[in-house]
Amino acid sequence: MATSIRGRGGIGPALPLLTPAYLWLVVAIFLPLSAMALFSFMTELPMSGRDWSLTLEHYAAFFSSGLYVTLLWASIRLGLEVTLWCAIIGFPAAYVLARVLKGRAREAIFLLVILPFWSNGLVRIFSWAMVLREGGLLDTTLNAILPFRIDIDLMYSYPAVIIGLVHSYVPYMVLTCYLTLQAIDNALIEAARSLGASRLQTLRRVVLPLAMPGLLAGSVLIFVPVVGSFMEPRILGGRTGTFYGTVIEDQFVAVFNWPLGAALSFILLAVVLVILSLSAPILRRVQ
Amino acid sequence: MMFTTRLLEALGRVWIGLLLSFLYLPICIMALMSFNASPFYQLPFEWTTGWYADLSRNGRLLAATWNSLQIAVFTTAIATVLGTAASIALFRYEFRGKRLLQALLFPPIAIPWLITGTAMLIFFFGVGIGRGLHAILLGHVALALPYVIVVVSARLQTFAPELEEAARSLGASQWQVTTRVTLPWIMPGVIAGGLFAFAVSFDQFVVSYFLSTPGEATLPVEIYAAIRKGFTPEINAVSTIIIGISMGLMLVTARFFKFGGEK
Repeated sequence: MATSIRGRGGIGPALPLLTPAYLWLVVAIFLPLSAMALFSFMTELPMSGRDWSLTLEHYAAFFSSGLYVTLLWASIRLGLEVTLWCAIIGFPAAYVLARVLKGRAREAIFLLVILPFWSNGLVRIFSWAMVLREGGLLDTTLNAILPFRIDIDLMYSYPAVIIGLVHSYVPYMVLTCYLTLQAIDNALIEAARSLGASRLQTLRRVVLPLAMPGLLAGSVLIFVPVVGSFMEPRILGGRTGTFYGTVIEDQFVAVFNWPLGAALSFILLAVVLVILSLSAPILRRVQ
Repeated sequence: MMFTTRLLEALGRVWIGLLLSFLYLPICIMALMSFNASPFYQLPFEWTTGWYADLSRNGRLLAATWNSLQIAVFTTAIATVLGTAASIALFRYEFRGKRLLQALLFPPIAIPWLITGTAMLIFFFGVGIGRGLHAILLGHVALALPYVIVVVSARLQTFAPELEEAARSLGASQWQVTTRVTLPWIMPGVIAGGLFAFAVSFDQFVVSYFLSTPGEATLPVEIYAAIRKGFTPEINAVSTIIIGISMGLMLVTARFFKFGGEK
């Protein structure tokens, strides 16, 4: 029922309610992003007092040095690996949650799975240090069980970074897969089975295609932040933990080459935006 | 046939169990070690609350905790009020560009915080806002606003606009309609949005990290600095407290807001 106030009209009456929130977003998100784009083309920061001019040198540095391209690839690979592990671990869990467990048990376990995701990421990454270091829990337990002695010191290694990131992001995958799996009509699965499809065939031909939007949405939600991660590789990766994100961090807190940092950030933003725009139709379907 | 089904379901339950231990084991170890006397996390386990006592005398961490709490409370208050107002406007009025405004909520959530944080650093520095607690608050509210608007809007979906219409035709003013009809209905969503805002701010590390100065930092920033200097069991203690707070908060939120939609 279209009423006078809900009818199509100007933005006028909505402005008093909208302006404060959107003004805040403009000042704290959209103007900074534009400023970053602008600064990435400058030789010096205008407020440093030194002369500045427009330049493409930071972008040239990205493409010519090879180092940054390599690191961006390393970060993209890290993102793909973490996403894959999250899918391998998260999808079966989401399936069980959506289609095997029922009632209160389902509700409780669902909450337990997504609860860590809302607790401090830094602290959770740090907690892995205690498990992965030499003489840590993993080392001690394995050596107590195994008849021979092995030294496990995963701390400051690539696997440690993967483990920490999968731990941080797997709840996303469970959440998005759960939402799509839960919506699948039981009758479809029963129909496939009664027509003689094996379990595997049903999974491949019925369940997976229907759950695909959830899998893809989860992948995007994981891949994007992992490509930009810097704290996790720093804490768990040590010297092996140099990725694109850590290099950007260095430009701002250690080397103080802000224009280069802005250019590197902006290139990352471009990568992210391409991924997001490609996946936007899928993400919309999940909601 | 029945047997295979049973077996697969049992395997599935084991899988969930493994996932849960993967998620909670490190956190439990950390909590346990914060009560262990050995500063090098060595076994046998010897009970102590000494690290918590040390923590209570660590001025830097205490100051940072206070900063974090203050910023989270202010962020919650500001983001909840502004976000609820915007949600009501987006729900109540139809106008050109509304879809664009809704789409604009997506970038702050979707763009990695590394990019948002460094962009804020450059811009705030450039226009003279500078760094420090005020800059962190400015950033946190912007990060929390989209979450509040999304959560409150979800609640508004269950609200019948005819109720507002009825109140209006009975002579209620716009203010009365909002405070006596709309707000009470969406209150669970507003509270959930507020708790989200608190969690976003209290747990925020990346953006705070780029906007902090040595004297004005939040707790996660101080913890990061401490971790990079070397582990001390005091960090376990403070981390255990933080994780307790944020998980407790989300349990409360879950009571107000069903994650998979309305009941």
